[in-house]
Amino acid sequence: MKRVALLGMPNTGKSTLFNRLTGAGARVGNWPGMTVDLLSARILLGDSMVEMVDLPGIYNLHGFSDDEWVVRRFLETQPLNLLVVVLSATQLDRQLALPLQLRALNVPMLVLLNMADEARNLGIRVDTDRLEDVFGCPVRMLSAKLGHGLPEVRQALGVQLRKYPKLTQADDLVLVDDQRIEQELDELIDQTLSAPIQLPATVTDRLDRFLLHPLWGLPLFFLIMFLLFQAVYGLGTPLQDGMEWLLEHVKTALLEPAVANWPAPLQSLVLEGLFDGVGTVLTFLPIIAVFFLAMAVVEDSGYLARAAFLTDALMSRMGLDGRAFVMQLMGLGCNVPAIMGTRIMRSPGLRGLTMLIIPFSLCSARLQVILFIVAAVFSSSHGPLVVFSLYLLSFLMAFLMAFLLRRKFTHHEPLLLEMPPFRLPTGRFLGHESWRAMKQFLQGAGGFIVLGVLLVWFLTHYPFTAQPAGPDTLAGHLARFLEPVFSPLGIDALLSIALLFGFVAKEIVIGALAVIYGVTGDELSGALAARIDWVQAYSFLIFTLIYTPCVSTVAAIKQESKSWGMALTSIVLPLVLAWLASFVFYQAARALGA
Amino acid sequence: MLLSDLAPSGCATIQAIHASQDLRRRLGGLGVRLGIRVRVIRASPMNGPLQVRVGHTDLILRRSDAAHIEIQTVA
Ligand SMILES: Nc1nc2c(ncn2[C@@H]2O[C@H](COP(=O)(O)OP(=O)(O)OP(=O)(O)O)[C@@H](O)[C@H]2O)c(=O)[nH]1
Ligand SMILES: [Mg+2]
Repeated sequence: MKRVALLGMPNTGKSTLFNRLTGAGARVGNWPGMTVDLLSARILLGDSMVEMVDLPGIYNLHGFSDDEWVVRRFLETQPLNLLVVVLSATQLDRQLALPLQLRALNVPMLVLLNMADEARNLGIRVDTDRLEDVFGCPVRMLSAKLGHGLPEVRQALGVQLRKYPKLTQADDLVLVDDQRIEQELDELIDQTLSAPIQLPATVTDRLDRFLLHPLWGLPLFFLIMFLLFQAVYGLGTPLQDGMEWLLEHVKTALLEPAVANWPAPLQSLVLEGLFDGVGTVLTFLPIIAVFFLAMAVVEDSGYLARAAFLTDALMSRMGLDGRAFVMQLMGLGCNVPAIMGTRIMRSPGLRGLTMLIIPFSLCSARLQVILFIVAAVFSSSHGPLVVFSLYLLSFLMAFLMAFLLRRKFTHHEPLLLEMPPFRLPTGRFLGHESWRAMKQFLQGAGGFIVLGVLLVWFLTHYPFTAQPAGPDTLAGHLARFLEPVFSPLGIDALLSIALLFGFVAKEIVIGALAVIYGVTGDELSGALAARIDWVQAYSFLIFTLIYTPCVSTVAAIKQESKSWGMALTSIVLPLVLAWLASFVFYQAARALGA
Repeated sequence: MLLSDLAPSGCATIQAIHASQDLRRRLGGLGVRLGIRVRVIRASPMNGPLQVRVGHTDLILRRSDAAHIEIQTVA
């Protein structure tokens, strides 16, 4: 097996190229530090199997942040046939320093100048022949995003692999003489690069004048996010209704006749356990697909780096920086990749604090629970406002947590962040992203959600002689035990059982509700609305939003911080905060007569 | 003069960088080196960071960090 690695500075299009070459689904985004871990895929190139490896971006070979360590460890331990160095053709004035340093590794190279489309628009011209002479390896221009120049790249890969059939271990990272590299870089730029002295004013410059305006920049950011959410909501809700209708028909037309002759407990297991539970979760598939599509557009646009710019002044007062805010935004999809994304931060203090606030970010799984309850209890005109207030609360909670803990996590990390130009996603990219989101959702629904829902079914139906979800079932006993904790919050016993399972994954909460109440769809909404008023519902939502993150998030925090203390903190602190917040809200609302 | 004092749309060349070797290398990776031209594009309010253009790259840099970079303005 041959091994080829893609290496380059952050945000140069390595993952885009990797996906093009292998058909794999590496995360792509217009944000330096999107990839923070190795990803490999096998492809047939010419007549040999090749393992392609997508690496995190590095600025040089000296970096010490955790994503850069991944690259260094890889180079130190994994022999290679070929190192593919991916540079952005629009920023060769600094990026050419990287292949100059990489020569010291003595591994065969292929240099690719990506973003050829943007370079051409900027009037940048490169003498690739001269670069080939200097680096002693082929140099090709391409646009990984548009697919221009890919055949030539594949051909060059084939040629290089035939020329270097043996794996080579990279030489030890010798201390490179920085000054000599700088001198060589200056000469190289002189000889090979021709660009207009002043790059032409771009669309990005014009957009930035609005979006980064000193006064309206930040309000505009929140307005755009709000509108985007409204669009997701507006587009997703009808699709969700369609899905509900479809599932209901599957149940009555196919499933119920099929199990009609089965013993009663088994029938209940299949219909009220599996189908109701998982089906209710499945109705969220369309809205999740639309939601992740919107996330992909934001991540690929370059607005994330602008968000860091706009919020840094605020974040620095809480011991964080603008990047921590971006991680929170990423967390709106799923908290886990956001926690991994903190690898770009070097100081453990900043990184630790950021990891602890990410779980407050209202992830798509929690959003499902919230949308569900809101649709059941609140009117359609109040619904969006309620959801929006919870988004605001999630950010407030994160800031509060950071503010409280900032003295424990001191650091002196400079903010040094590249601000990439605005980019538009291709249709191909959007298709890939929503497909990936749906696949992940279905895998979850098919795996741990099924298990969780089955467990809830068992708890609420055993012993089978008792009334389902009644006081004599296992769940009933458990609920009595939990009652002193939850009744001051106005959260009724059955709902508290659902919350218990939300620790495994928040999606299970909805499935659990369907199983507990023994109904789905509109009936379930009705059952909920009959049992709880809006104050109780909102208290439940506050608790759901803030309390203990799901198991995968806690596991990610443990893995990334290598500290049980951090993992424990991420469980206990939010739990306490959630209880207090719900308590204050519920008691205050009741005292005010609501 | 220090980079942190450069007004928006001001242009200068970098004279000295007073920072640890690690930070110098990170700056270098982003194109901030001696003798290079920089331009402040805009400054974010409430003492927020600067947007600085170095060569063909735009950077976000805090004013407190920019204060470690000595510059000479050019007309
Ligand atoms: N215009 C243009 N944009 C591109 C091209 N290749 C990639 N991009 C965009 O550049 C951004 C970064 O792409 P990625 O593939 O995530 O870059 P990366 O090198 O993997 O980045 P890190 O993982 O952060 O190191 C994305 O917005 C891509 O859509 C290209 O050839 N032309
Ligand atoms: Mg990548």
